[in-house]
This record gives sequence, C-alpha cells and structure tokens, in this order.
Amino acid sequence: MEPENNKPDGEPKGGEAKAGDQEAVERNGGNREAAEPAAVAPAASESKPQVAAESKPIQTEAVQPKLVPPRLTQPTMSNRRFAQVSRRELLKVAPVLVLGAFAIPKFQESLLKAGLGVSDWMSARLFRRGHLAPTFAEAELTPFEKFPINGYDVEDPGVIFENWTLTVSGAVQKPGDYKLEQIQALPRVRQNTRHICVEGWDVIGRFGGARLSDFLQMIGADTSARFISVACADDYYESLDMATALHPQTLLCYEMYDQPLTRKHGAPLRLSIPTKVGYKQAKYLTDLKVTNVLEKVGYWEDQGYSEFYGL
Amino acid sequence: MSSAVVEITRTKGEETETVARAAYEHPLPVRLCHWANAISLFVMVGSGLQIFRAFPSFGAKIPQKDLLNWPKSFAIGGWLGGALQWHLTFMWIYIATGLIYLGYQIFSGHYRQVLFTHKDIPGVWPMVKHYFFFGPKPEAREAYNPLQKQAYTTVIGLGVLSVLTGLAVWKPVQFSWLAWLMGGFHWARLWHFLTMWAILGFVFGHLVMVVLHGWNNFVSMLTGWKKNPEY
Repeated sequence: MEPENNKPDGEPKGGEAKAGDQEAVERNGGNREAAEPAAVAPAASESKPQVAAESKPIQTEAVQPKLVPPRLTQPTMSNRRFAQVSRRELLKVAPVLVLGAFAIPKFQESLLKAGLGVSDWMSARLFRRGHLAPTFAEAELTPFEKFPINGYDVEDPGVIFENWTLTVSGAVQKPGDYKLEQIQALPRVRQNTRHICVEGWDVIGRFGGARLSDFLQMIGADTSARFISVACADDYYESLDMATALHPQTLLCYEMYDQPLTRKHGAPLRLSIPTKVGYKQAKYLTDLKVTNVLEKVGYWEDQGYSEFYGL
Repeated sequence: MSSAVVEITRTKGEETETVARAAYEHPLPVRLCHWANAISLFVMVGSGLQIFRAFPSFGAKIPQKDLLNWPKSFAIGGWLGGALQWHLTFMWIYIATGLIYLGYQIFSGHYRQVLFTHKDIPGVWPMVKHYFFFGPKPEAREAYNPLQKQAYTTVIGLGVLSVLTGLAVWKPVQFSWLAWLMGGFHWARLWHFLTMWAILGFVFGHLVMVVLHGWNNFVSMLTGWKKNPEY
C-alpha cells in the first residue's frame, strides 16, 4: 500500500496542509473557482442511505439541472442547505445537556440519591440466597494481628460481659433478653471469608459463630418481615435485608481465629456477613429487631452510603 | 468503507460553484453516545480517584503503603460516600451509552467504518511512521486510517474491561467467577485502576489528535458532517 500521489512533506504536520488549505478557502468566503474534480473522485457511488435521505430534499430544491456539470457524480447540497442541516443535526445532540442537571446544586443531591437507589435496587436483584461467598484455606488467612480495627468512635465501648444480653424485639414470637450462652448453644459455624471494607482494603479472616438464620428461628422471627435492625454498645446502628439475614454465611459472630472475640473486634457479639461490605457488619451488638419499617438505616447509610451494599 | 461525499455548492446569480465537500460520518446515536459517554467517563474517573483516596494502595492495610496520594482537587464527590454516589450513579450512564453504541454499530453495520480488522494491518506502520517519525502521509481513503481504527477498537475493548473489572470490584461475591478470573477482589481492584489509566492514555491521544486535526473534525462529532474530508 504505497501512497502514490503523495508528495513528501518537509514540515512535521504537513499532512494537515491540504485540509487546512481548503478550510482557509472556506473562511475566505469560498472565493476559489471550483473544487478540482480529482480531489473528489472515488467512493461516491456507494451512497449511504442516510446521505441519500439528507440529500433528497436538495433534488427538489433550487439547483438547476442545466448548471450541474456532467462530470459531477456526487450528490450536491447548497451551502445554505448544508448550514441548515448542520444546525438541525447539532440540535439533535442537545439532549445530552440534560446531564448538566447533575451540576445544578438544587437537583444534585436528589439525583445522586436516585442513582444510588438504582444501584441498591440492582444489588438486591443480583443477590442470590444460595450463592456462597468464596472461602479460603488456612494458609491464605491474614494474620490476626494484621486484621484492621475500624471502630467508628471508640475502640472499646467497655461492655460488661457478665451483664451482657442481646435484647430481641419486633416481629418475633419470643422477644426478650438472650444470653451469649444461648447463642453459643446453636450450631457453630467457622468460615474463612474475605472481609472487604468500603474504603477498598480487604483481608481474609476466620470467623466463628451461630448462623443468624438459626437464631431467627430460635426467637420465632417472622422471616417474611423485610429487615433486621441492630443497635450497638458504641451507639453504632445497622440494618440488614431479610434475604441477607437468612443467608447461610451470615453469622452472629463470637469468635475470630478460633478464639473468643476480642474487645477491639466487637466482643462479645458482632455480625460477620461475607456478602456485605464491612460497615454493615456491626460490632458490640446489644439489640436486634425484626421489622418491616426502618426508622434509621445505619450510621453510615444515613450519611449517604449505599443502603444495601451487597458484595 | 467510507461515507459518501457530498459537494457543497454555492449559487451566485447564474453560476453554481462547488465550495466544499462534506461527508456524513457520525450518525446521531453515535454522537449522542459519544458525548454522554465522555461526560460519564469524566465523572467516573473523578469519582473513582476520590474513592481511591480512601485507601490509595494495592497492598495490605497493615502496614499501609500508599501508592500515590491523589490530590483532592482532581476528584469528584468531596468524600468517599459522595464519590460512591457519583460513581454508582454514572456507571449506569456509562454502561448504557456503551451498550447503545455497540448495539447501534452492530445492527446498523456502521461498525465497518471503525472496526480494526486484518485488512488494516498493512496500513498501521505507514501511519505510525507518518505520525511519529515525520514519514509521508499515506493516502486517506476512508473516514478512519488504520491507526485510528486500531485506537478506537482498542478503547472499546478497554471500555468493556472497565465495566467487567468494575463489576468484579462492586460484586466480588455475586460475580465471584469474574473476580476469580482477575485473581480475586484484591487484584480486580488493581485491574480496574490500570484500565482507567489505559483509557486515560487513549483520551490524551484522542484530544491531541482532535486539536491537530482542527475544527472540522471536532464539528463532525457534533453535527455528524465532516467538512472537506481527506478522502
């Protein structure tokens, strides 16, 4: 593919000269006599449908047939018509400016809230009850001392273990205060799962505890209710959709790395949910409620984080 | 495949003369998708960099070694939560424009104008010589030269990759097979980041070429009509 009628150019961007020249001619008011036919030779015969459509009106328009030179095989368009068509086509692109609404402070917040709502809605659709989060071998575990501690307020709210109970309320048959021993009496699950923080870091930890679904069964929860909400000793609060609450890997966690949960990791009881991002996995649980209506979603969600954030 | 060229004429009294040539290169769906995608890409990159600021590393959390501390002035959203709102909103616009574009290109056959195929391979090196080594300019026969086709085809692939790596980061459990392909969530996050830089590399080259090729080229993505095309 050797370029034939191509003269080597001295200047670096010389290739643009041709187009530039024609443009200059245009700007000077089109004073040039006529475009040389050689420049407009091939490719014209395979006229595309939309071009045909665009040029159709022209045939009905002014251009007198006697003035069209016989050598001209291309469709033609008057410069006025071309300006008109260009303007019309430009206007058709204008709908894109609708996105500018995101730049208007008045609309921005509600638009972003709606967008996040779409993502949360999609997240809930994508969630599959039977689909398990990947589990890992012992060798892949992040060493316990390198498992980050992300308290939102204090590293240890000073829970007095002897007095601790989990207070259950809402749509359950057996509300009341449950002791840790009652939760530990449920079948114990130990799993090595990935803990992913909304910030972007991730670790693989070993978590042990009772399935939340087993506990919900024990308290006689109405599992047709929509949410589980929890409150914590450090005033953190969270909520879970029922589908995730019933997921087999969702734990009321009282062990990490086969040891009782430490104070910094949320003793005596926390949530471990491998299908959710970290901030949904509340520590220092004190209250659990089964409900259809959430007054508050969660500490971070109420400041603008995703409500569902399923992984 | 090239767009048909139309002659623009000017009638002055009895005389009609050809004053320019023009070709309809970019159908409306392509133009709409181009600009909506450009806006959404801008927001995705800006908010993505703000998200990255929350943990600017691809290593362990403890001890944390920052890869680079991205300046706040080049980020969108103000804080992690805000940036996530922008990111998780505009990703739908980004995906939608990509799907509409691809669907239109495939079903209209318009993709032939831009898709890089084996026929374009011999023309790549002459274009590289022309662009980077002051070589002679190969004759232009169609709307896009082989190098342009290669760039535009590659960036579509990168766009698809940005969505796939993003899905693996957003849903590493539901799309665990996708995350697994990328080496797990941890690496998917790195791939997502690298894909962004690759796309930014394209955008840089694209903008340079738009400036070099001038006004008519820029206008063609607005009106669809390229005045005085080189072919």
